[in-house]
Amino acid sequence: MKKKHRIYTVVAVVIGIGVLALLETYLGAFPKRIFVLAGIYVTLALSLNLINGFTGLFTLGHAGFMAVGAYTCALLTMPPELKAMNFFLKPIVPFLANVEWPFLPALLMAGLVAGFIGFLIAAPVLRLRDDYLAIATLGFGEIIRIVFTNTQTLTNGALGLKGLPRFTTVWWSWGVAALTVLFMVNLINSSYGKAFKAIREDEVAAEAMGISLFRHKVVSFTIGSVLAGIGGALMGHLLGAIDPLMFRFLMTFNILLIVVLGGIGSITGSVVGAVLVTITMEFLRVLDGTIDLGFITIAGKPGMRMVIFSAGLMAVVIFYQKGLMGHNEFTWAGLSRVTRKLRAKLK
Amino acid sequence: MTIQMFFQHLANGLSLGSLYALIAIGYTMVYGILRLINFAHGEIFMMGAYTAFYLITLFMMPWFAAFIVALGITCVLGMSVEKIAYRPLRDHPRISVMISAIGASFFIQNLAIVVFGGRPKTFTVPDLFNRIVTIAGVKIVSITFMIPIITFVVLAILLFIVNKTKTGMAMRAVSTDHETARLMAIDVDRIISITFAIGSTLAAVGGIMWGMKYPQLLPVMGLVPGLKCFIAAVVGGIGNIKGAVLGGFLLGLMEIMIIAFLPALSGYRDAFAFILLIFILLVRPSGLLGTATGEKV
Repeated sequence: MKKKHRIYTVVAVVIGIGVLALLETYLGAFPKRIFVLAGIYVTLALSLNLINGFTGLFTLGHAGFMAVGAYTCALLTMPPELKAMNFFLKPIVPFLANVEWPFLPALLMAGLVAGFIGFLIAAPVLRLRDDYLAIATLGFGEIIRIVFTNTQTLTNGALGLKGLPRFTTVWWSWGVAALTVLFMVNLINSSYGKAFKAIREDEVAAEAMGISLFRHKVVSFTIGSVLAGIGGALMGHLLGAIDPLMFRFLMTFNILLIVVLGGIGSITGSVVGAVLVTITMEFLRVLDGTIDLGFITIAGKPGMRMVIFSAGLMAVVIFYQKGLMGHNEFTWAGLSRVTRKLRAKLK
Repeated sequence: MTIQMFFQHLANGLSLGSLYALIAIGYTMVYGILRLINFAHGEIFMMGAYTAFYLITLFMMPWFAAFIVALGITCVLGMSVEKIAYRPLRDHPRISVMISAIGASFFIQNLAIVVFGGRPKTFTVPDLFNRIVTIAGVKIVSITFMIPIITFVVLAILLFIVNKTKTGMAMRAVSTDHETARLMAIDVDRIISITFAIGSTLAAVGGIMWGMKYPQLLPVMGLVPGLKCFIAAVVGGIGNIKGAVLGGFLLGLMEIMIIAFLPALSGYRDAFAFILLIFILLVRPSGLLGTATGEKV
């Protein structure tokens, strides 16, 4: 990296922090919430992209790990009175009844627990390939959700947990997102990252080059689960209520959409995709309500938003496979190339 | 548990199993030919039930005519899904096709929510299927034992098509090797279309019977049965029609019997299939009736 580019990066980070501070102070409650959600989706998209895009393991169980993270964090941070209020059908298990952790350790714990579950699942599942892997991880995600629906004394079952402390602010969501980006960039450029990419391109060739397939796959899957758990925890403390139905396949589908749209195997793509999709999702809410064009009124149909979104996903996959970024990443050198070209055109 | 109750559960298990079998055949045929999980298959199943429902209630068709027309419409729907969502991606990586399949599945499901509404619809069951029959003290609704009969008739027709006709031979050839099949002057795209047509028709048969057995239609009703039936196909050995039927029966019987004997586990009902899947994949990845294939480098 050139010295000039390093200075650019520092300046960009400072500007970024400034922008976050401005948004935190001046943004209204609703836009701020969407902005925070976008940050969470950045983390989630990156975690799915690590497994799907960089290692080439097609997993569909992400929502399950998010659920593990969200529940762990919620149960650790909720004050005892609130727990007593939530668990009115059956009392909560004694060892969780009186814990009340601060947010940061609870968040880390959420990641660790999700990662541990991911590690346990990885061992049997990662012996499978392609579609089998997809359906088995989907199965595990569903099993996690079904277990959470039935463990009344641990998770409050289908009732879910309500009144979670709203810890997730702009700083938390985008701070975690920034750390995740930093971590991913370093990981992808490390020997592990290169091994992941080798596995993605050709498993047999990678193995022939002396890469331990199983170990690298487990590492990638576990890291992905940790990040998914943290993302889930942040989401729980943003929305203030969680229940098992939140973590259906639809949740994984949303994240998959972001990853595919941004470009499978591009960190920049995931970041851009997450922000774009989250904001568009909110704007498309208009479609679910009644649209008044002055001369004609179109009755809103609930669900129209998802129709358009799934059609969008198909269109991206069929016509524009690489997504926004393909395998490319944002670099200062790339940016200056683009600006130089633009300048040449303008002359 | 009395012996009557046991037979009642057995009958329910068999009829659920045959429904699973019908849908699983569609998965296994498509997978055999395209190596693709047709995620939209569950939605095709749902559309079959809804089409029959609307033909009966809205267009006042007699039920047998409605059922036949519904099969036709669903068949066309299945073929168009293939044409729009899968054909343009024929030579692309399998992950892309699978994402497109998931997209198609969500698209149909959400379109159904928009068009049909999210409230459940009640299927009017024709009298023929709604009689209560008493056999040796066991009271059964006639649909319960008609489902396995219809399934076996359909299965016999299907096996005849696949094993005895020229189209069936072409299908088997395509599932073995696309390129060689093309060299033998087989129109691969047409055969794939036919496969989707047959699979979708079977899914529609399953959907209509599902509607009569559990008379509540929902736009999301295809999701869980769809996943379970794919599991049934994997358990039986994917690509193998008889395996899919075996897997379907195994799954249906297991689900009903576990709940019957251990009611405490009923909350985990939807998890059984996935546990069975993971177990089979670890113990015998090629399925019960499948043949193991080594990897070519």
